[in-house]
Amino acid sequence: MLRIPCPHCGERDFTEFRYAGDASKVRPAHGTDDLQAWHDHVYLFDNPKGPHREYWQHVLGCRQWLVLERDTATNTVIGSRLARDRVRA
Amino acid sequence: MSGPGPYRLPAGGRIDRTRPLAFTLEGRQLGGYAGDTLASALLGNGLTLAGRSFKYHRPRGFIAAGVEEPNGLFTLGSGGRATPNVPGTVVELFDGLVAARQNGSPSVDFDVMAVNSLLAPVLGAGFYYKTFMGPRRGSWMFYEPFIRRAAGLGRALHIADPDRYETRHAYADVLVVGAGPAGLAAACAAGRGGARVVLVDQDSEAGGSQLGEAADGPEEAWRRERLAELAAMPGVELLLRTTAFGLYDGNTVGLIERRDAHQPDPARGEAREVLITLRAKAIVFATGAIERPLVFGDNDRPGVVLAGAAQTYLERYAVALGRQAVVATNNDRAWYSALSLAEKGVGVTVVEQRATVDSQLLARAESARVAVLLGSRPLYAIGARQVEAVVVEAAGKELRLGCDVLGSSAGWAPVVHLSSHTGIRPVYRADIDAFVPGGHAATHCSAGAANGSLSGWDAVTEGHEAGLRAARIAGHEPGTRTAVLPDSPARTYAFETARIPELPRRGKAFVDFQGDVTLKDVHGAHQEGYVSVEHLKRYTTLGMGTDQGKTSNVNAVGVMASLRHLSVPEAGTTTFRPPYTPITVGALAGRSVGHHFRPIRRSPLHDWHVANGATMIEAGPWLRAWWYAWAGSTIEKAYVEEMRHVRSAVGIADVSTLGKIDVQGPDAAEFLNRVYVNGFAKLPVGKARYGVMLNDDATVLDDGTTARFDDTRYFMTTTTAQAAEVMSHLEFLLQTAWPELDVAVTSLTDQWAGMSVAGPRSRQALELALPGHDFTDAALPHMGCRQIEVDGIPLRVLRLSFSGELAYELYAPADYGIALWTRLLGSAAPLGIRPYGLESLASLRIEKGHAAGLELDHRTTLDDLGLGKMASREKAFVGRELRLRPALQDPERWSLVGLECLESGKRLRGGSILFAAVEPQKGHGRGYITSVTWSVELQKYIALGLYDGGLKNVGQEVVCAFPLKGEQVRARVVSPVFLDAKGERLHV
Repeated sequence: MLRIPCPHCGERDFTEFRYAGDASKVRPAHGTDDLQAWHDHVYLFDNPKGPHREYWQHVLGCRQWLVLERDTATNTVIGSRLARDRVRA
Repeated sequence: MSGPGPYRLPAGGRIDRTRPLAFTLEGRQLGGYAGDTLASALLGNGLTLAGRSFKYHRPRGFIAAGVEEPNGLFTLGSGGRATPNVPGTVVELFDGLVAARQNGSPSVDFDVMAVNSLLAPVLGAGFYYKTFMGPRRGSWMFYEPFIRRAAGLGRALHIADPDRYETRHAYADVLVVGAGPAGLAAACAAGRGGARVVLVDQDSEAGGSQLGEAADGPEEAWRRERLAELAAMPGVELLLRTTAFGLYDGNTVGLIERRDAHQPDPARGEAREVLITLRAKAIVFATGAIERPLVFGDNDRPGVVLAGAAQTYLERYAVALGRQAVVATNNDRAWYSALSLAEKGVGVTVVEQRATVDSQLLARAESARVAVLLGSRPLYAIGARQVEAVVVEAAGKELRLGCDVLGSSAGWAPVVHLSSHTGIRPVYRADIDAFVPGGHAATHCSAGAANGSLSGWDAVTEGHEAGLRAARIAGHEPGTRTAVLPDSPARTYAFETARIPELPRRGKAFVDFQGDVTLKDVHGAHQEGYVSVEHLKRYTTLGMGTDQGKTSNVNAVGVMASLRHLSVPEAGTTTFRPPYTPITVGALAGRSVGHHFRPIRRSPLHDWHVANGATMIEAGPWLRAWWYAWAGSTIEKAYVEEMRHVRSAVGIADVSTLGKIDVQGPDAAEFLNRVYVNGFAKLPVGKARYGVMLNDDATVLDDGTTARFDDTRYFMTTTTAQAAEVMSHLEFLLQTAWPELDVAVTSLTDQWAGMSVAGPRSRQALELALPGHDFTDAALPHMGCRQIEVDGIPLRVLRLSFSGELAYELYAPADYGIALWTRLLGSAAPLGIRPYGLESLASLRIEKGHAAGLELDHRTTLDDLGLGKMASREKAFVGRELRLRPALQDPERWSLVGLECLESGKRLRGGSILFAAVEPQKGHGRGYITSVTWSVELQKYIALGLYDGGLKNVGQEVVCAFPLKGEQVRARVVSPVFLDAKGERLHV
């Protein structure tokens, strides 16, 4: 059972979270009319073996979106932080 | 001279002769003792025939004494409690046990399907697929049920299981899997340091391999001391009859504890099994090893067993498998099994592959009167229902040795399953010719036979070290006490790599007993070009039975490697996956059955519906009022009557399940403007607006109404189905994409009860129920919203319509939902107000052509639904750019149409495939029907659907095909708005 450290609520079972994919990409700014940029953002993903950042939301807890760093080869959790903090940083 | 087969010794063993037990096998009364397994009790009764083989229906006996048993599978119990495919070797005997052997027709003792044995030359691996897949598609579908019945394991049941299964979550500093010598030593070492230890073993007794040794030896004293020591430690839990079936992420281990299987008594109220999800800081794998059989001709005859199993039956259960034994082997360990047999009076000949063995071992054999043939090997067994002799090759000559039990051993394979479940491949150790756990995660260690160390002394030392290490990993300092070692007679464990088996001159040489896979099949797979062991497995079914190849995989890998001129590690193993042994679905389901299968959400008005004639229906997680008895005695009558009532008078429906989201903050207007395709920036206070949201890829996510109650405060509603999805979507955008927006979103779905009051008399209904408030057009125009207070309770009133009639949505705090609902019904009774349910609610919107859940399937776009004009050209919104892709703008895309039925007496059905009337009905058609209703207004069936090119086809005739019922109904493509296209009814 994957355990996810929530910056607010502590370590919890992954069943309290929902997964939303790659967090290593930067969303095009709102209003960007570059079709190619949106296409790449929505459809093109790397599938790396090793450390990877991904979005998870603590839906059954604080409802915050996290950026979780996880090793896709071993399922080892490397760390997490609030997505909001990452965007502001 | 061959003897009569198995029999019970008058003394010895670990059975309790003071507690005789009675059980039945296919109706036949038999006896055994407490401490027996079903297998040992049957053997103790002289019964060798444990079943018929899977494909050839050959007679089979038990070859093992543990979980690895491939042959002796039974159906236990009866009725809803019956459990198929249980190895008799793991079933503890109890008074009244009911067991039946499997795969015999009409019976295992007399099996007509044994004729398959004569067909054997054509029934090789791949036979069924090659023959019955055939050139004609579908032939496998036709033959499969017959083949499956002929190749039967036990039958699954269609009767509800009356037993209770429980679920438990547990935690340990140190989990020790396996309570053999290594596991006992590890648990003691960790426990002495104060670590919280859970020690599990699948057996009914702790001791592992020691249980197969003499019950009065020095190991036994050591075992009892350790058990006493563990029992005295408060932080140690010993779970017997508990299988660690899988290892998962985060050191989570799945355990099944069988609470009731050995003493079933429903009256006692004990759970039959408990699924334990245990997390441990550190894990010690002390899972032992499984003996490999030798592969030679007719090595499946009853009486041909694993050498260690013959010893276990003798020492633990006091059952001698015969009077004259041959033990064929390549290793010292099997010699101790031979000596054990000889000491109990069984005549023994050792057929040893090696040309030389340890001189002390030879001396011990001689003094025990064990005959020895060095440099020899078995060629084939003789006998049908019981082995009678074995022909061996010794010093270049062939000899026939009479025997009624033939023990074989090609070495021991460590149980590496559990430690491999997370993807760590086992590694081959040439010095022991076996795979051992392939390195460990930082918090894992292994010890004893699981680690390749067969000696009890080594197991205890390694177990002790592993226990200390595990305790330290868990943060305990376990002290410096050394291992307490049993005073064991020195043993040797020398061996020689087993010869690669050759195709026998006579008989069939089985590699996988349960799958009836022979050495010839493995050769055949190689000739057919299956080079990987994974392909070999799938082609021959080797290792795919309920035993998962515990006795066959290692031998198969050896054969495959040699055929390909590879080393064993180059050939590799197949992937180990949970569960280690079969587990019941009941245990996995636990209490989540029937009513408790999943959580149910109820509206605040639920109790009223139930008390007032509503038939309820599941809608996602919700239970909703479907239709009411006042309107008719069947759904078909009632929903039509409810529709008629709303269109002609006034109805009230529960819409509490709609998603409700409070959107607040200085930037709320800007936020809504970004997530909806249409403009929200200029929505005035006191007004509501219908909006559509897109996903990033421009498919429609959801629609709903958002009302503005003051400058910075909005009340958003979503569809019932997408409420959670929309909430997460809004949170995602605010937290990850636009953190600069000062907006907070909060779900209010459970806080507000919602009800729709619809129909030409709805305004009057509100005026009667809520006097003193102004609901005139001027005060509350169409798409207006107000917050009012009634008896001190805040209510929200929105004038909007899903049905196309003049209608209002009223929201009250959930606790006041029933009060408002009954007040409306009571005060507006003179107007004839009636409740209407989900079916008519959904049907009224079909008449108006409103897209809903069935059309918003995350594949349709705004334009597909005819809503393209809503998209603002003035602003950016989520999904704007990708919406403009040419394929999504293609005018030929499936898009929303109305359909009216052209054949009276026939009905349209949801899911029907649409074809143009003039074309042949082949393939996937030009679209399909999404929603259907009987139209009260038009007095015919109408539907919404998606169709090639959409409204370009208005007037065209189509055929609605429903192949499952063989129906074809003609219909015409029309506008999806069947009723009041100008919207005049909204303003009565």
